[in-house]
Amino acid sequence: MTEAAIPPPNIVEEGKRRRARIRARAAEEKRVRTLVTPEGAALNLKISTFGERLGAFILDVSLQFIIMFSIIFAIAFIAGAFDFNGWQIAWAVAMVLIFFVRNFYFIFFEIGRKAATPGKRALGLRVADRQGGRLTANAVIARNFMRELEFFLPLSVLFSFGAEGVAGWVNWLLLIWCGIFVLFPLFNKDKLRIGDLVAGTTVIHAPKVQLLDDIASAAPTRDTASTIVFTPAQLEVYGIHELHVLEDVLRQSTPEIKRNVANRIATKIGYTPQAGETDIAFLEAFYAGLRRHLEQRMLFGQRKEDKYDQR
Amino acid sequence: MSDRVMKSYRFREEREADWKQLEQIIQRAESRGVGGLSDQDMERLPGLYRQAVSSLSVARTISLDQNVVAYLETLCARAYFFVYGTRSRMGERIAQFFARDWATAVSAARGPTLLAFLCLFGGALLAFFLTLNDNEWYWTFHGGWDSRNPNATYDELRATLYETDRNIVDMLGAFAAQLFSHNSGIAIFAFALGFAFGIPTAVLLIYNGVYLGSFYAVFWQKGLAYELTGWLLIHGVTELFAVILAGAAGFMIGGAVAFPGRKPRMQSMREAGEKAAMVIIGAVVMLFIAALLEGFGRQLINSDTVRYTIAGSSLIFWLGYFYLPRRTVGDRRD
Repeated sequence: MTEAAIPPPNIVEEGKRRRARIRARAAEEKRVRTLVTPEGAALNLKISTFGERLGAFILDVSLQFIIMFSIIFAIAFIAGAFDFNGWQIAWAVAMVLIFFVRNFYFIFFEIGRKAATPGKRALGLRVADRQGGRLTANAVIARNFMRELEFFLPLSVLFSFGAEGVAGWVNWLLLIWCGIFVLFPLFNKDKLRIGDLVAGTTVIHAPKVQLLDDIASAAPTRDTASTIVFTPAQLEVYGIHELHVLEDVLRQSTPEIKRNVANRIATKIGYTPQAGETDIAFLEAFYAGLRRHLEQRMLFGQRKEDKYDQR
Repeated sequence: MSDRVMKSYRFREEREADWKQLEQIIQRAESRGVGGLSDQDMERLPGLYRQAVSSLSVARTISLDQNVVAYLETLCARAYFFVYGTRSRMGERIAQFFARDWATAVSAARGPTLLAFLCLFGGALLAFFLTLNDNEWYWTFHGGWDSRNPNATYDELRATLYETDRNIVDMLGAFAAQLFSHNSGIAIFAFALGFAFGIPTAVLLIYNGVYLGSFYAVFWQKGLAYELTGWLLIHGVTELFAVILAGAAGFMIGGAVAFPGRKPRMQSMREAGEKAAMVIIGAVVMLFIAALLEGFGRQLINSDTVRYTIAGSSLIFWLGYFYLPRRTVGDRRD
């Protein structure tokens, strides 16, 4: 392990960073709604953000357009094969298909088992009943017909701008009115749009999470790792936040970052690396030691939130 | 080195297999529905679900492994949505809608329906008499592009009512165009705008009535009222009924917002929204039928008598379907 020069910690900077982190955590926690299941267990559901919902919506609208254009091209192709005899029939069939796509795309997918359109699924969102009850088909229908008003009405207003002699200020007034609807989710804490209000639904962020291997399980099996032992004083240095950061580092960062982190930790806790010991072995051993230490403290009711938390 | 093994690690080791099994069952259920689950799965599901939920609350207190807690959170949420989610299948749901739910919702909304009816026909009557008195009113309500205006002659107006060359292609075209005509838009907006105390809904209905009434007055003056009524009502009974019901759905929501009674406004709106959704989806179905009648029926049938017969029977059909008392689930019990 090579010792890299570590800049002296800047106390003011660190305090700022910590406060920012705590603020961000509080903001995250504001998104969480606790749902008590009939078994009496609490589920923490996360309300989706405006950005996520907007992203899902853009994906869905694009997908709708792709479907519509594929229908038109397919039908035009078939009509072309018949030398455009009766292409009007083909056109009418296309119109009917598009009518269904346009009106029932959202409803079809949200009534389905995953309670989410493909766009929502891609972003890990799903529609849920606000009180944790069943999501009924009626609620899905209501929330989606309201979308006509929230999005497609503003759109039609935009496209008819300056049309046939209506006073300009009427258009502006309409535009403002529509802006209120589109931006409505930004102004309530549950990020509800009008359709959600009427239908009693909400959109939650519940992406699938894979169960990964426990990092601590790897530690005892390695020869080198089992010989690394930390003193209680060394384990007292860090808290839960640092443990979680270390977990992220171990799970997903590059070897260089791991080396830097290992150096920092070793310097901070005053640990001298043994010969032939790898960074990863050290980090995993430290992770296991720290987690055991912190979990033990937690069992006694002391949550050491971060390294500044001195209790 | 057993002292190195943590409580949280042992906790996970003991239960991991069950979590994975629950995940597999939920995965299957999400992609293939309840039908995709074997009897064995169904038997194991409740136990596995309860276990996962209790694992989650334990994990929150003893484990600092972020991944395990996050995994359990989402697994439990998915399982919860499946276990307590809706059971009925799409087919059953649709059958139940046509058999009972739709008619029940519509007949329960008689007040709002009457109000919507008055708005539409009140507007129509008003515009009708205004235009009869002074043709200038017509131009207030309509753009100049329509050839069916007060300056048109009797023959010109009459020609618009009867189809001379009938071919299937035109009918299909008319049907398709009808699907995208402003009617389905109006129906949906009448519903969607309802939450603003129903006022925009009323305005929309009155405006449509006015449009219709002034149009009717033009034909009336030329002595074509009888013919126009047949032309209009062959599909218009279904279409106007649908618009009225859509308006009623809007008034239901508006009423729930304006007069929530003892309930919180939100809850009142949401309960009304559930019922109104049923009415509005029905209105969309009716508009689809109206488009069929307009596209094919009106162009195939040039006889006034047949047009009136169809109009009359569709009115009787809808009224009977919606308002005739029928056996409900409650009746069957006793």
